[in-house]
Amino acid sequence: MIEQFPALIVVTPLIMSFILFAVSWWNKRLCFPILILTLSACIVFAIGILDTVIKQGKPIHYYLGGWDPPWGIEYVIDHLNALVLVAVAVVAWLVAIYSKSAVEKELHESKLPQFYTLFLLQVTGLFGITATGDMFNLYVLLEIASFSAYAIIAMGERGADFAAFRYVIFGTIGACAYLLGVGYLYILTGSLNMADLSHLIPKLFYNKALLVGFAFFLVGVGIKMGIFPVHFWLPDAYTLAPSAVSALLAPLFTKVGAYVIIRIMFTVFDPSFSIKLYPVMDILGWIAAVGIIFACIMALAQSDLKRMFCYLIVAEMGYIVIGIASGNRLGLTGAILHIINDMFMMACLFTVAGAIMYQMGTRNIYEFRYLHRTMPITLAVFVVGALSVVGVPPACGFFSKWYLILGTIQAKKWLLLFVLLASSLINAVLFFRVIENAYLEPREAHAHAHNGGHPIVTLDRVPLNMLIAMILIAAGIILLGLFSGKIVMNIIDFAIPANL
Amino acid sequence: MWEVILSKYNYWIYAFMLMIGFYAMMAKNNLLKKLIGMNIFQWALIFYFISIGAKKGATVPIIPGVHGHHGAEHLVVHAADYVNPLPHVLMLTAIVVGVATTGIALALLIMIYRRYGTLEEDEIIEELKK
Amino acid sequence: MISRWEDIIIETISRFLVPFMQTYSLYVLAHGHGSPGGGFQGGCIFAASFVLLIIAYDIFEAKKRFSEKINGVFCALGVFIYAGIGWLCLLLGGNFLDYGKLSKILPTDPIMARYYGMAGIETGVQITVMAIMVSIFLDLVTAGRHEEAMEEEDVGSDSK
Repeated sequence: MIEQFPALIVVTPLIMSFILFAVSWWNKRLCFPILILTLSACIVFAIGILDTVIKQGKPIHYYLGGWDPPWGIEYVIDHLNALVLVAVAVVAWLVAIYSKSAVEKELHESKLPQFYTLFLLQVTGLFGITATGDMFNLYVLLEIASFSAYAIIAMGERGADFAAFRYVIFGTIGACAYLLGVGYLYILTGSLNMADLSHLIPKLFYNKALLVGFAFFLVGVGIKMGIFPVHFWLPDAYTLAPSAVSALLAPLFTKVGAYVIIRIMFTVFDPSFSIKLYPVMDILGWIAAVGIIFACIMALAQSDLKRMFCYLIVAEMGYIVIGIASGNRLGLTGAILHIINDMFMMACLFTVAGAIMYQMGTRNIYEFRYLHRTMPITLAVFVVGALSVVGVPPACGFFSKWYLILGTIQAKKWLLLFVLLASSLINAVLFFRVIENAYLEPREAHAHAHNGGHPIVTLDRVPLNMLIAMILIAAGIILLGLFSGKIVMNIIDFAIPANL
Repeated sequence: MWEVILSKYNYWIYAFMLMIGFYAMMAKNNLLKKLIGMNIFQWALIFYFISIGAKKGATVPIIPGVHGHHGAEHLVVHAADYVNPLPHVLMLTAIVVGVATTGIALALLIMIYRRYGTLEEDEIIEELKK
Repeated sequence: MISRWEDIIIETISRFLVPFMQTYSLYVLAHGHGSPGGGFQGGCIFAASFVLLIIAYDIFEAKKRFSEKINGVFCALGVFIYAGIGWLCLLLGGNFLDYGKLSKILPTDPIMARYYGMAGIETGVQITVMAIMVSIFLDLVTAGRHEEAMEEEDVGSDSK
């Protein structure tokens, strides 16, 4: 049974989303249990796959339809895949638990079945992108994930449908650019299978058409990832979407795009192509550096908490690209570790923003006065997330930034090192604004505090499932930090190609 | 220079269509025109792929006169005689993806029109700023 | 809103054409392996027959024959057929969508079983595509106001 898991992890959410849709015509209350059951099954599948890959030591090959590659579609799961699968499954499950009350407050109840169906379809697309080993299958599943994202974002507040339309236009350009890249590769090699391409491409290294295909891949997946020059769909779309939707999309969708870039640059195209032959790493480094500075400055200018976090996503993608642009083992380790860490960090931050929206009805950080009295647990989770983004041990963000810094030192790219350190400083300022507003009281207010200077602390009025999900995500951040050494030694070291 | 243009005229046509679609997506003000531009962009891509499979003097990729597995084993098939069917199959999927994108975008446009009363982008942004 | 504009020629011709369109769509589905066609194309033609009804008559005529609920059920049914055949192949011991293993329950050998498996999933694709195309068209035509379309009683016939 375990050898069927790669197909099951993609197919199960697909079937269950339609079962959920059909069941919702009779009984609306069954939607949420079906969602949680499906995602729990997916966690079991993902952990089973990771276990098998670690024990076997070599990748799992799964032939869809029984056809051998390169004629058939193949699902290849190696260490990188399996790690991202587990992270996506766990974060999706936690956000699903979180989403029940968040969505019931923000959406009309006739739209709830549609929300859950789109949730599962989105998760299908994400699992499929991670698991597949075929270039065109990746395009199809990327589009499945994108469509669900377009539709589920449009359910949000005022202006969300326009933001979703802009996302449709941008996202389609990205997907079509990816398809153009696939077309170039197919013309040159005649194959669509990733493993097959990695054997056929090295003979073609000096071909101009191959370089154009590579450029199209970078642009196409870059649009989906949200790298600096082409990230403009991101702030509007993720800010105006419902809270649960932002909490689902922001951690997962862009990071899976980062995984696709790593897969294309280092597995399909040999590392010697991406690093030594053409100055791709320099270009990526410059783009990432400018992107991080831009995103941090834009984040400083925001007063809406969620919009600030959206610019933070762009900055985090810049970190991952810096890790890739270092071009050595340490940098790539940092990039892969940062993908996993950032999933949890962004889930933490966006769930906190959703909880604050639920209770306070506002996301303006200048109205967060005395928030620590009314929402202590939520703010504690926020502080854990903030520490992780800034890079304070034992939260996981410190370890991935450590590897990134080591990578840039080893590659002697001092500009990237400076950008990494400067942006950590700007992140600290960013979060301290919010923490100051929420925790510290101005001097004159303290004299007029109630009952002789002892403030009343009440527990959050957010529902229990949201609190539990947020606490579990925060615990996940700390656990990832404590176990990051094990993750690096046992999984990530094998995920990076050997000749790097 | 003329050989480059004339011998690869189909690629020039697709590049032209891509640029027309891209221009429409970026520069037009009306949202429906942007959608049409997106459609042109996707169709240029589909034509590009289909033209990959064409071969000179080749025919439809179906072996005539055999049914099931009785006859095909004894037939010698020269691949150069048959059009490559793989790009066609890939593009069937891409057409479906294009249709689905258009469907979603049209539904979004209806929502936008009902809410703001206009499909011009600058008027909608003005409306949203209030 | 499409209100009714009665024209005897259009109504009669469309009543003749719709069954032929539907039969043609099934023909396109069945001959998909040997000639241009298949599930998606057949589904679009089948949906076009409903669109012809909506254009020639009225939304209510089409909705009498194909309501929202049936639409939703068909949409899910097609995916179940597709994924169900895939699951069946899983349960019979092969990989997902490995139709050769269907020969254990069908009275043919593995090679012809692949043929029947593909026909089966194409049927599923046709059903879903038909339901979705009709649904997209209904959404566009009623501008999203399905409930108001059902309550609309003004079937004003601008007769000549």
